[in-house]
Amino acid sequence: MTAQWKDAMWTIRNLIFSIDGLFSGGENSPGHYRNLTRNIIITMLVVTIVPLTAMGILNHFQYGRHLRSELITPLANTARKATHSFELFFEERLSTVRFIANAYEYEDLLDNQTLHQLLRVLKSEQGGFVDLAVINGEGDLVNYAGPYNLLGKNYASQRSYQEVLVKGSYISNVFMGHRKIPHIVIAVQRYTDEGANWIIRATIDTDRFYKLLGTLGLSPKSDAFLVSSDNILQTDSTFYGKTLEPSRLEIPTGTRSTFVTETTDPDGRQILLACSGFTSANYVLAIAKPRSVVMRSWYAMKSDALVIYAVSLLVIIFMVVKMTGTLVRRIKESDERRETAMTELQHTQKLSSIGRLAAGVAHEINNPLAIINEKAGLMNDLMGAAGDFPHKDRMAKLTEAIIGSVSRCKTITHRLLGFARKLDTVMEPLSINDILDEVMGFLERESIYRQLDMRLNLDQTLAPISSDRGQLQQVFLNLLTNAFAAVEDGGSVSVTSMPAPEGGVAVTVQDNGCGMSEEVAKHIFDPFFSTKKENGTGLGLSITYGIIKKLGGTITMSTRQGEGTTFTVTLPAQPPTDTINGGPDHDHTHPAH
Amino acid sequence: MTTRILLIDDEIEFVTTLAERLEIRGFSSTTAEDGESGLALIRKQPFDVVILDLLMPGMNGLEALKQIRQISPNLPVILLTGHGSTREGMEGMRLGAVDYLMKPLAIEDLMEKLQEAVAP
Repeated sequence: MTAQWKDAMWTIRNLIFSIDGLFSGGENSPGHYRNLTRNIIITMLVVTIVPLTAMGILNHFQYGRHLRSELITPLANTARKATHSFELFFEERLSTVRFIANAYEYEDLLDNQTLHQLLRVLKSEQGGFVDLAVINGEGDLVNYAGPYNLLGKNYASQRSYQEVLVKGSYISNVFMGHRKIPHIVIAVQRYTDEGANWIIRATIDTDRFYKLLGTLGLSPKSDAFLVSSDNILQTDSTFYGKTLEPSRLEIPTGTRSTFVTETTDPDGRQILLACSGFTSANYVLAIAKPRSVVMRSWYAMKSDALVIYAVSLLVIIFMVVKMTGTLVRRIKESDERRETAMTELQHTQKLSSIGRLAAGVAHEINNPLAIINEKAGLMNDLMGAAGDFPHKDRMAKLTEAIIGSVSRCKTITHRLLGFARKLDTVMEPLSINDILDEVMGFLERESIYRQLDMRLNLDQTLAPISSDRGQLQQVFLNLLTNAFAAVEDGGSVSVTSMPAPEGGVAVTVQDNGCGMSEEVAKHIFDPFFSTKKENGTGLGLSITYGIIKKLGGTITMSTRQGEGTTFTVTLPAQPPTDTINGGPDHDHTHPAH
Repeated sequence: MTTRILLIDDEIEFVTTLAERLEIRGFSSTTAEDGESGLALIRKQPFDVVILDLLMPGMNGLEALKQIRQISPNLPVILLTGHGSTREGMEGMRLGAVDYLMKPLAIEDLMEKLQEAVAP
């Protein structure tokens, strides 16, 4: 029991995992969101459409069954009532004939006048009676009142005669009389005082059958008729033949009960067939109703339901596809935002931790550097004061080299410290064009020397912005130094200033130099990432990035290997408030001395 | 008359070497290893200019500067800063220092500042 329970739990858990698996995994693959969309759509469609369809089909059949039984009962009742009417009709006629047989002596009925009198009374009182005949024990017709001359005919060999002798009374099947009118015969057997058989026989036309069938009030497409036990039609059928023809529709005879079946008639119509057998005669009453009529409401509902189903299917598909699209797009956007935020955060963290480390290292190195600097300086001083001695010039050069190297180290340590602490910002209204002019001034000599094509496209209508002059000089000096390093002699570097779309100013620094690979571009703002080998600290762009961030601006780069690089810097018209208040890293904690 | 310089820095190797170099250049220089001893010297004898390191254990440079200002309001002080931030340098200027220099320093720069500081 416990083992089974555990097994079940495992199965459920695996199922949940596999469902999870449908919607996750391969998050970095380009097709991830497409797969996600497809999987969500398929799953949602399956879980909505399958139950809807199942319920629709189930309902459809359930309702059909229900409706059929609802219709079958009334039909069976109609058939039963009709049969009952017929039975009453026969019973009435039979008891009339029986009454005559009992009320009159055989001898009385041999009188032709009496017989005619009786026939007249019957015709006027009950109707349907065609003739009356008296037949003796030998089967000879001994007296007759009616339209035919049948006197002296012998019926001894006829089936009706045999049967009436056996049963005492008899109702025949329909037969065509001499006038081609369908009739039935009712016969009653009696004994004379002497014990001889005699029979009184009445012929009745079947008009009353149609009257009785007419009272059923059936629709024109329905059919009601009587058949004999050997499937011969006893009344005209609308669809299955005329009186006395074999019924084209096979009627299950031999039953005395009432039942309803569904069947297909010889014309291929689906019908509901109600059959009810007679007790007094060998008849079966059949009512055939086409199913299309019976089930019309069902078919109507079927088409309504189909329309509703189709419409809801379309709505579901549309909504699922639309919603999934929106959902996945949102997920994608939020993923991208998260990724950007993560990258930004990582970058900031990297900057700050490296900055702190760099500051510590730089500070520790700065003091020994100062000592080296002073010692070498002192050596120089002493040598200058001393007289000539061997290798004096050489020594002087060596100390100069030491001082020069210290100076290089100083540049690095000061940059490191600057990177960590980011020099104080002093906000003032300034013209970005002036700064660019100044920076270009610095580099003029190099550009002339290297025959670079320098282009300055400065928008003279730019409004002044509030920012830090020194730091912006640093930024553009860095960017231009990089551009100069990237281009060959004779290459071109262009600097453009323009209003930024979101306010403030934008500056692009574009070169047609070597550009860089995607891999390099990804790390271009990382501290200590350098492509200049020994000549770079790997801090230039990192510092630039830090300064621009602090001044509330943005810096972006687009590059193509072999085609050049474009840096775009935007600066706000007003710096962010935390920069005005002294900067986000406004702290006075110093590394241990 | 020789210009009398007081050098206050905890880095003895640095401060003694610098003192020797200044001697060579015709200055009279005295060294102190921390703020307290520097202040004691200022109280005891007159100086024409003070070179003061900002970052020292114990009393730091800015604190020492404030006290120098109280003892001798007209004594010019040149600050030395060991790190790249100009913030402390600026703060020192606000407190009355005549200038600030970053370590390691070029002797020519220092000479220039000294000339400016002692010029009447």
